[in-house]
Amino acid sequence: MNFLEVMSFGDQGWAADMLLAALMTCAISVCGFLCGSVIGCLGCWAKLSRSYALRWLADVYTTVLRGVPDLLVIYLFYFGSSMVLTQLAQSLGLKGFLGLPGFFVGVVAISVISGAYQLEVFRGAVNSVAIGSIEAGRSIGLGKFQLFSLIIAPQALRLALPGLGNVWLLVLKDSALISVVGLVELMRQSQIGAGATHQPFLFYCTAAALYFVISAFSSHLIARLEHKLDKPMRRA
Amino acid sequence: MDFAFLLECFKRLLAGVPLTLGLSLFSCAIGLVLASAICAMRLSKKVWLDYPARGFVSIFRGTPLLVQLFVIYYGLGQFSWLRESFAWTYLREAYWCVLAALALNTAAYTSEILRGGINSVQHGQIESALSVGLRKDQIWRCVILPQAWRQMLPAYGNEIILQIKSTSLASIVTLMEVTGIAAKLVSQSYRPIEVFVCAGALYLLFNFVVTRAVTLMESRLTRGMRR
Repeated sequence: MNFLEVMSFGDQGWAADMLLAALMTCAISVCGFLCGSVIGCLGCWAKLSRSYALRWLADVYTTVLRGVPDLLVIYLFYFGSSMVLTQLAQSLGLKGFLGLPGFFVGVVAISVISGAYQLEVFRGAVNSVAIGSIEAGRSIGLGKFQLFSLIIAPQALRLALPGLGNVWLLVLKDSALISVVGLVELMRQSQIGAGATHQPFLFYCTAAALYFVISAFSSHLIARLEHKLDKPMRRA
Repeated sequence: MDFAFLLECFKRLLAGVPLTLGLSLFSCAIGLVLASAICAMRLSKKVWLDYPARGFVSIFRGTPLLVQLFVIYYGLGQFSWLRESFAWTYLREAYWCVLAALALNTAAYTSEILRGGINSVQHGQIESALSVGLRKDQIWRCVILPQAWRQMLPAYGNEIILQIKSTSLASIVTLMEVTGIAAKLVSQSYRPIEVFVCAGALYLLFNFVVTRAVTLMESRLTRGMRR
């Protein structure tokens, strides 16, 4: 079979499978990134808090998660969770192997990894909000929550956007590693296709092209958003 | 906590350390050479050199390393003419494929770091160097590179750490480096948490050493800049 036959739509073609798998990659990346944002925000709050213990905890979290290979973290969550579940089931009298679904493990692993990176991005952004604007907010009597939601968050988000864009691209590329737990995303689908048709070069290059299109498209969107948010700050 | 098992784990994992560090070191070295060439192409201001370099960088930065590795390791074997050529003695070995993928990947990222560092040198400095009569090679050696180096050291340190982390992908194509041995130990002992924590601690140790070394170099390089 030549290229067009293999990568066509219809019964014999793999195009629909590959596109569906690309959607899966997007879904897992988006979920992981959003959950990671929540972790990042909480961690940023912990890192900037007055409590020594919280700051230490957040420090350990970012150091460990940014210093350990992502693949190892994914393995740890996948094998660790299935071991804990299987033992739990055995203590309840159930036999056999239990594991969490690949999608769930993938989202948890990606969000914990990207949370560490997003934490640092948020922290940098909050720290570079001009201190004068916070003092001004305080002096007109804004409460703590208002200060955060009206003064700090809008400015910090604009400053954090380029960094968040980088983390997003990182997450997208990390999602390829989730294929090791058997979840059928773009990478796993190409492995399946390559095995079935004996055309590995074709399938992996198609996967590479799809990843490239997704990352190019999203960095284009991020650049536009940055441009838009930057508008009020520019001088004529 | 079973300390005897943890100790045993560490002992077994240490066997993979030379491969992990060797892959990181060689791929960074080859990557740096390639990156210099790519950076030179991008700075040459010639379209026929600049555009291929741009394409290379955006392709290797826009796709996951795992895909690049699979294209090289599994994909290239599809071509019979390649299997019959002399290159096949290397390309059928997982080690050389991993090294190639890691080196090409880091070359793309490093070339951008180099370019950023070189572009950060103020234009006035180069003009003043020209005006006191320095030759082109002297300008590069005495004016641009020392300042660019200082500028890009932190970013390059991050790239080395990323590279050490990336070597763990070698375990997916059967190489027995630290992650590979850890995965094997898990399948033998069914104790994933202890084993992976041990392996993670090893990687943390490597990255800690790199971070310290980079910080030390940085403080030496910026000695003259501090007030």
